Amino acid sequence: MTAMSLSNVNKSFGDVKVLRDINIDVEEGEFVVFVGPSGCGKSTLLRIIAGLEDATSGDVHIAGTQVNDTPPSKRGIAMVFQSYALYPHLNVRKNMSLALKQERQSKDVIEARIAKASAMLNLDDYLDRYPSELSGGQRQRVAIGRAIVREPKLFLFDEPLSNLDAALRANTRLEIANLHDALKTSMIYVTHDQTEAMTLADRIVVLRDGRVEQIGTPMELYNNPVNRFVAGFLGSPAMNFIPAGFLNDGDTRTLGLRPEALQISDGGALHGTVQHVEQLGGDTNVIARIKDVQFSARLFGQHAIEQGQTIQFGFNPDQLFYFDNAGARLYDETSARE
Amino acid sequence: MINARGNRLNAAAMHGALIVYTLIALFPVFVILINSFKTRKSIFREPLALPDAESFSLIGYQTVFKQGDFFLYFQNSMIVTVASLFFILLFGAMAAFALAEYRFKGNTIMGLYLALGIMIPIRIGTVAILEMMVATGLVNTLWALILVYTAQGLPLAVFILSEFMRQVSDDLKNAARVDGLSEYAIFFQLVLPLVRPAMATVAVFNMIPIWNDLWFPLILAPAEETKTLTLGSQVFIGQFVTDWNAVLSALSMAILPVLVLYVIFSRQLIRGLTSGAVK
Repeated sequence: MTAMSLSNVNKSFGDVKVLRDINIDVEEGEFVVFVGPSGCGKSTLLRIIAGLEDATSGDVHIAGTQVNDTPPSKRGIAMVFQSYALYPHLNVRKNMSLALKQERQSKDVIEARIAKASAMLNLDDYLDRYPSELSGGQRQRVAIGRAIVREPKLFLFDEPLSNLDAALRANTRLEIANLHDALKTSMIYVTHDQTEAMTLADRIVVLRDGRVEQIGTPMELYNNPVNRFVAGFLGSPAMNFIPAGFLNDGDTRTLGLRPEALQISDGGALHGTVQHVEQLGGDTNVIARIKDVQFSARLFGQHAIEQGQTIQFGFNPDQLFYFDNAGARLYDETSARE
Repeated sequence: MINARGNRLNAAAMHGALIVYTLIALFPVFVILINSFKTRKSIFREPLALPDAESFSLIGYQTVFKQGDFFLYFQNSMIVTVASLFFILLFGAMAAFALAEYRFKGNTIMGLYLALGIMIPIRIGTVAILEMMVATGLVNTLWALILVYTAQGLPLAVFILSEFMRQVSDDLKNAARVDGLSEYAIFFQLVLPLVRPAMATVAVFNMIPIWNDLWFPLILAPAEETKTLTLGSQVFIGQFVTDWNAVLSALSMAILPVLVLYVIFSRQLIRGLTSGAVK
């Protein structure tokens, strides 16, 4: 059964179309990540699923029921917000119990669910504190706890890690992954961070300008992007785009080459002047330039490379992607040759 | 060193200015208080002297309690002020929430229309108000005053409160919607507590003019049983003879309740409640 499905969803604010013809199905127990640059409509889409925003046209189904006209609280969802959105005048326990009280659950049920959620998230010591007395990471855990106690059919996360610092972000990301393993509930997660998308998702939905660009598992998208946008958005450092004319005279296509596909090799096809070297210990990122096109290479291990040096890079031709000038992927490698 | 000394100088100057201002502001109150405890003669002989064994007298207070129904006036003032504040805050906050939270046709126009009231003094409409009150039979009732003061206070209340309500995070309201709170619950349980400092500001701004007003009580409710404290004190001020003892005693007592209300509201002004709600 599909946990959530969107069919032909459109949304306009006045004359501005922010979502066009969105069709997405989320399977039971699946972790789906909506990813895209800011302004692509991913948060609006999440708010439409939550019922905080009405779609201009199209249908939203949650667990097989059409919910277009159902208020957020009756949709069987729980949402975690970027800004935590904890009730500042209530302590942690009351923050978590508020929704259950609204549902008129019995005291025993409320107690049991809070105990369970707080054990999962290590919140036992903080139950009587107020949000202002908690750190950012603790607040986000409370916000997640508030979602868990409702035992929803679908979790919605709206950039939950954006306000946390880098170390905490990695930890909390892991916690969310563990949470999904433990609860086995469907989750929809919105982020602009491709690392979060790659690490958490069962499937990723890449959005741009209100359209779905591609839907697939992280590795499908990484290995087989349908266009230049998806290819450039996923993967870090981002894919290099080099005019194919650099390698074959007269070729008007664009080459896509992942930084990790490049190696230093004498007689390699790409000759670049090194502009900058990032030594990360485990990896070395080389930023180099051919004519006026900048590209990067991610080399495993440590390399003594000087700025200004000219290096020859080689690559496996199987790892090349071709794109036309409009950014669409060209599968037939000879099609655009003139 | 220079920095540290500069800071100390700064602090001293700042405190000096504040102390001078406090003295200037409190001086009339102080003069009223000390003279209310003096005999009539010594009020005029040495207005700035503290009451001593010779000049001490409670004659003013005795006159006030004997003549006129001082407690009734006091009660009327209190009812009018508290009821007006209650309605100003309730309706002002409701209107502000609607203007800040919901997008509807004419939202901006409505906001501007309400704000216009700040610029037009309500006293211009006194004659029309009086005619209206006569027509509705509200003359010489406390309701006449409460309604007028509520109308007088609403524009500024809506203006200030809607500004503050716009600052309440959308995520917070949306979280409450997902949690199943009704719009009323969001308003009363979530937004109102968060804008409490603004509510207190509005209350303090409105309270003192209402308490001190002479104009509308004189015109709309001059009957003995609806006199307010300010109006009631006027009986001691005659065209030819003024009983200063009684006037000063009545004024001294009129300060107290307003002081108590102020303390209650100013506690709410302490901020910091919102920190921790959002990042």
